[in-house]
Amino acid sequence: MISRHTSQRVAKGLIWAAAFSTLAVMIWILLQVLIEGLPLLSLNFFLDAPRQMGRTGGIFSTIVGTLALTAVAIVIATPLGVGTAVYLREYTREGRVSRVIRFGTDCLAGVPSIIFGLFGFVFFVILLRMGWSILSGGLTLATMILPTIICTAEEAIMAIPYSYREVSFALGGTRWQTVARVILPNAIPGIFTGVLLGVGRSVGETAAIILTAGSSLLMPTSLFSPTRTMSVHFYILAREGISMEKAYATGAALILLILAINTLANWLLWRYVRKVGG
Amino acid sequence: MSKEKIFEKGFFLVAFSSISILALIAFFIFEEGVPLIWKVGARSFLLGERWFPSQGSFGIFPMIVGSFWVTVGALIVGVPLGVACAVFLCELTPPSVSIVLRPTIQLLAAIPSVIYGFWGLIVLVPLIRNALGGPGLSVLAGSLVLGIMILPTIISISEDSLRALPRTFKEGALSLGATHWQTIWRVLLPASRSGIVASVILGMGRAIGETMAMIMILGNAVQMPGSILDSTRTLTTNIGIEMGYATGDHRQALFATGVVLFFITMGLNTLALFISGRRRT
Amino acid sequence: MRKPLNWVWACAFFILPTLLAGCQKPQGGLTVVGSTSVEPFAGALAEEYMVHHSKEKIYVQGGGSSAGIQGVRTEAAQVGMSSRALMPDERDLIAVPIAYDAIVIIVHPSNPVTSLSIDQIKGIFSRQMTNWSEAGGRNHPITLVTREEGSGTRESFQHLIMGKTEISLAALVQDSNGAIRQVVGDDPNAIGYISLGLVNDRVKALKIDGVEANVENIKKYRYKFVRPFLFVFKADPQGLAKNFLEYILSPEGQKLLVQEGLVSAATIADSPKGSQSPKNV
Repeated sequence: MISRHTSQRVAKGLIWAAAFSTLAVMIWILLQVLIEGLPLLSLNFFLDAPRQMGRTGGIFSTIVGTLALTAVAIVIATPLGVGTAVYLREYTREGRVSRVIRFGTDCLAGVPSIIFGLFGFVFFVILLRMGWSILSGGLTLATMILPTIICTAEEAIMAIPYSYREVSFALGGTRWQTVARVILPNAIPGIFTGVLLGVGRSVGETAAIILTAGSSLLMPTSLFSPTRTMSVHFYILAREGISMEKAYATGAALILLILAINTLANWLLWRYVRKVGG
Repeated sequence: MSKEKIFEKGFFLVAFSSISILALIAFFIFEEGVPLIWKVGARSFLLGERWFPSQGSFGIFPMIVGSFWVTVGALIVGVPLGVACAVFLCELTPPSVSIVLRPTIQLLAAIPSVIYGFWGLIVLVPLIRNALGGPGLSVLAGSLVLGIMILPTIISISEDSLRALPRTFKEGALSLGATHWQTIWRVLLPASRSGIVASVILGMGRAIGETMAMIMILGNAVQMPGSILDSTRTLTTNIGIEMGYATGDHRQALFATGVVLFFITMGLNTLALFISGRRRT
Repeated sequence: MRKPLNWVWACAFFILPTLLAGCQKPQGGLTVVGSTSVEPFAGALAEEYMVHHSKEKIYVQGGGSSAGIQGVRTEAAQVGMSSRALMPDERDLIAVPIAYDAIVIIVHPSNPVTSLSIDQIKGIFSRQMTNWSEAGGRNHPITLVTREEGSGTRESFQHLIMGKTEISLAALVQDSNGAIRQVVGDDPNAIGYISLGLVNDRVKALKIDGVEANVENIKKYRYKFVRPFLFVFKADPQGLAKNFLEYILSPEGQKLLVQEGLVSAATIADSPKGSQSPKNV
């Protein structure tokens, strides 16, 4: 019979091993790119245009492309998503219809991105004749992240105790005033997390972007220009062996971008929660 | 109209628009995909073993099997490790450490899949090829990378679940003389079972939906994998590779694959709802 | 509650985006899409062109020959790049050869095999032969790599070399020339096919029936596996498309292509500029 103390030691040992190996692998994956890529980063790299299909030059146009696509997606999806969540939660009563809507939204939040990409390609690029463009790509991304934003916004709003609303109504507040001054401010951290997830998805999405925003390396000049994002550039460079050096550098830049976005977001959240008094 | 009414109508409009957009997308996918399933026959579409669009063969069974094996493999890798890490973070580390590690996990969840795929391509594939044989681009490589990719999801949700448990669970068990591990194994984990299962289902959904990394490391052969060292194709990579040039029946077949994925997602969602017994008011 | 008014509002909300979509792209650039074989060359030419005409914008992207042809047909792109001749049902489009290129069979540089016969190639790619020892190489299973179905390179390979023999469904599939080159360059037992112009020192090109693939042998019709690089248009090219095409077909443009390893359009021209697909494929 193994004593329970021995089995505890074994179990805890295994768990420590699991945690360590997980951390080790994660770090390995990031370091793989960072070690080769970081030394190659320079201000020039960020600001130069790519030349010779990316073999030389920098990645400026891809940075612009990434930011543009993400911006379009967020600007479209956030108001739509938050507004929908507010309407569903605050202005309607819980019933069959709202449950069906919620189920549908939950499902779409789980549908693989490539399906949205397929839809976007056939609908925006071809049917609506927008061609491969930031608009097509941004709209497609917006549809991808919309269900997630609705879901997280709903969760955030639902997490607010009903008593908050009761107090507001008791003090004579209207529904809109309650929403604007009580619900939304308290839901912002949750909503923000959802938006951040959307940003992460937009930056990392590759297959759907290639099919809707194209993969041209030229600096986009309007919403109707095709563009290449950093993820797409990294993928193409690595996959085609055009330049492993540049691939590593682009990958490192990508990881740094994600790090920057996440850090900024967490900091903003922390400041907001402090200000509003969480 | 009063300001109230304006806002209410405004919100209605917004809600109506976004729900219509989502409904449009779902409708579009079904409208393109279902006629093909009808045409080819549901049985020969889902169970057909030959995918050769230029000859009119639209059987997606090899891709279903491919998706299945890769996902199962990912769960075998991801669930034990993920739950173990969740336990680690919740129970075996002091709060000061877990405060640092939690945003790190959040960060790792945001790393694009192409980076994971790249690592898989550069590190795992040659390793598998040299050590175990086969082309290296295989189900095994896919499962390992996918398993790692779903870890952040499983870890963060399982950990939330564990943290949400009332303190009395742990205190009660400990005061009855249970060791720490006994408390974890027999009280805490079973109590947070629904949350853990929900995290697994979410991880599964993520695994099934992954496209890019899989295109890079699965090899994309249109065959049913005979072993984990064989190359294969998943439902999503099939769409990803062929959608750029597919037209007519072929394109509709890809939408039909989308319909299948839609139902799979719906099934997983229903399961998750059922198991976690969502407390929606 | 004024219900009918709600619906009027909602409908109005939809007309707006539809109007927006109706406003056609004000874009003045040229979108060139298609074959991944042609892409690097078109990209180089576009870069050169834009150096001399800095106001113009030429956007080049891949996707495969069929995707490019589709793109032209749906007017998502103005120019399609194809590395295969047009199919009978594509003959309503206009194809102009801009260069000629050969299909080469590639293996890893360490592979002892240096030449294969057509029959051997057919046997390998249809998986009648599965071990390198059957073709005079090491005793090791062959890793087969092919392109996706919409690839012009694959179509040309099928047409010129395989003939009626089918490429095995067990082959690994990669979606660009560059990707095949990467896979073959990493795996000592892999075999694939790419465009002559894309061979570099990561891979070794095989002789077919003893004939080496180089520009000399192509010009002398000794290496017969040649296909055209086509620029495909929906109608007679106008404006920037016409100017770009003229630049490519000019001595300056052709010189650039020959420098990069292609055969100039004039050398094997057996059909005048601007006509339907060339007769040699």
